[in-house]
Amino acid sequence: MELLEFARGPVLTFAITIFIAGMAFRIVSLFALWRTGDSSQGSSRERPAFISAIREIIRRLWPQTAYKQRTMFALVNGYVFHFGLAIIVFFLAPHILFIKDLTGLSWGSLPNNVIYAVSIVTMVSLVAALVMRFANPAQKIISTFDDWFSWFVTFLPVLTGVIATSHLGARYETLLALHILSVALLLVWLPFGKLMHFFLVFVTRSQTGAHLSHRGAQL
Amino acid sequence: MSDKKTLGEMLAERGVSRRSFLKYASYTASIMALPPSAATAIAQGLANARRQSVIWLSFQECTGCTESFTRAHAPSLEDLIFDFISLDYHHTLMNASGVAAEEARMQAMQENAGEYIVIVDGSIPLKDNGVYSTIAGISNLQMLEETVKDAFAVIAVGSCATFGGIPGANPNPTGAVPVSDIITDKPLINISGCPPIPEAMTGTISYLLSFGSIPELDHLNRPKAFFGEAIHDRCYRRPFYERGMFAKSFDDEGARKGWCLYEVGCKGPVTYNACATLKWNGGVSFPIQSGHGCLGCSEPNFWDMGGFYKPLSTAKGDPLKWAGGAVVAGAAIGAASAAMARNKRNKVLQEGK
Repeated sequence: MELLEFARGPVLTFAITIFIAGMAFRIVSLFALWRTGDSSQGSSRERPAFISAIREIIRRLWPQTAYKQRTMFALVNGYVFHFGLAIIVFFLAPHILFIKDLTGLSWGSLPNNVIYAVSIVTMVSLVAALVMRFANPAQKIISTFDDWFSWFVTFLPVLTGVIATSHLGARYETLLALHILSVALLLVWLPFGKLMHFFLVFVTRSQTGAHLSHRGAQL
Repeated sequence: MSDKKTLGEMLAERGVSRRSFLKYASYTASIMALPPSAATAIAQGLANARRQSVIWLSFQECTGCTESFTRAHAPSLEDLIFDFISLDYHHTLMNASGVAAEEARMQAMQENAGEYIVIVDGSIPLKDNGVYSTIAGISNLQMLEETVKDAFAVIAVGSCATFGGIPGANPNPTGAVPVSDIITDKPLINISGCPPIPEAMTGTISYLLSFGSIPELDHLNRPKAFFGEAIHDRCYRRPFYERGMFAKSFDDEGARKGWCLYEVGCKGPVTYNACATLKWNGGVSFPIQSGHGCLGCSEPNFWDMGGFYKPLSTAKGDPLKWAGGAVVAGAAIGAASAAMARNKRNKVLQEGK
């Protein structure tokens, strides 16, 4: 029980504090940087920045025809574990209670066995993503500690959650404590590594869209 | 005082039939999850045993454990006191008081040295030389050490004696500690709960009498027969948990329909006890069946687990207590790092000119 109390108490408080501070740091440091401004004359085909941003976000939701065959599996697999993670995080009743306790917001939950099935699919999908990264020489070369560690801290809470739900290997309070500790690790790492894309993905795509449109690219 | 006759002889004198005796032995075997063959062993063990001298010490406690003990139905307190044990010292249940009571304790200790069982309820205050709880002019610590010295085994009953309980809860003003912090050289059985299930107390005593040994214990020294499974795993409301059907408050539709109480703070998933199987008051009901979530009273530090009505999956305490400071600090560092980057860039540009 002591481990669970430690995880629910000081560890979670520490992790949430670091997460908030890290998010503030990343956002402020990014948006407070200079903007060089593009004084070149825009293309005649340039659309308003906002429209270009939206079009780029939509365009990147699906691969271009030329790359479709090569990237289809990675894309579909990416959707599977991203949606899987979202369902697990936002639709398991104990998770909703955790969020409600922090923010006051709550919504309906899904049955446990549905979340359990989604978790298994998500884990398989995450493993597939890892195998692909290993198997592809180009991807492997450009992968850094950030990539491997980000995968690890994403996979671990799903794994510990499934083990806790299944009561495998130890008493439930120990398994629950390990799950919370793994979530704490994810929270601490989230703002500082590539997982920050959970927040920045649409920001960067918008910027790219506006920039390309200025240059006259057809989006 | 202890009788020299065996329990079998005493019961025969009182007209207790062998059939009734075997029935009782079978029940004891079943509540302790022993195999059916153990019933015979229990019957034989009890028949050949002599009345066991028991000294019950009450320290920083509320007498709830004794109240629970008196409601045991199998064996009942009467069965225990009149047939199986000689309760030689117990503040609430003994006739004697004052000096006579203390003499009874001393006499029991001398006559049964090495054989008597000490049952303790209540925690032991250590702060300021234990001045916060004294009996007959001596501190609880002195009385415990003195009494346990020649005991065969010690049974700590209730969460105060087993884990410190409410007296030991934050900020623990009396420096209360459980029995296990003091007694390390004697067999110790913990029967936790606030109060413990009466059958867990009487069943364990029966086991000791029958087999003359300690039952199988978990990592917190609790008999596995009663503390081997989580309440959540044996709860009749468990299917609602699996289906995601929760009572949101104590008077909503979910509560009326008997849905899972996880959202209103039930600690059943991390609480090990036999409430959901043995139940209370002769098997009538238990807290969850009566509409309230489990408080986790048989677990260490249950009073300080973060609130009885806070769901188990929420953070303990206020995890956002430093959120404001974190935002300010993070933003300040971010702004500083952006300013440094700007300066660096400006310097490079100026040097370029």
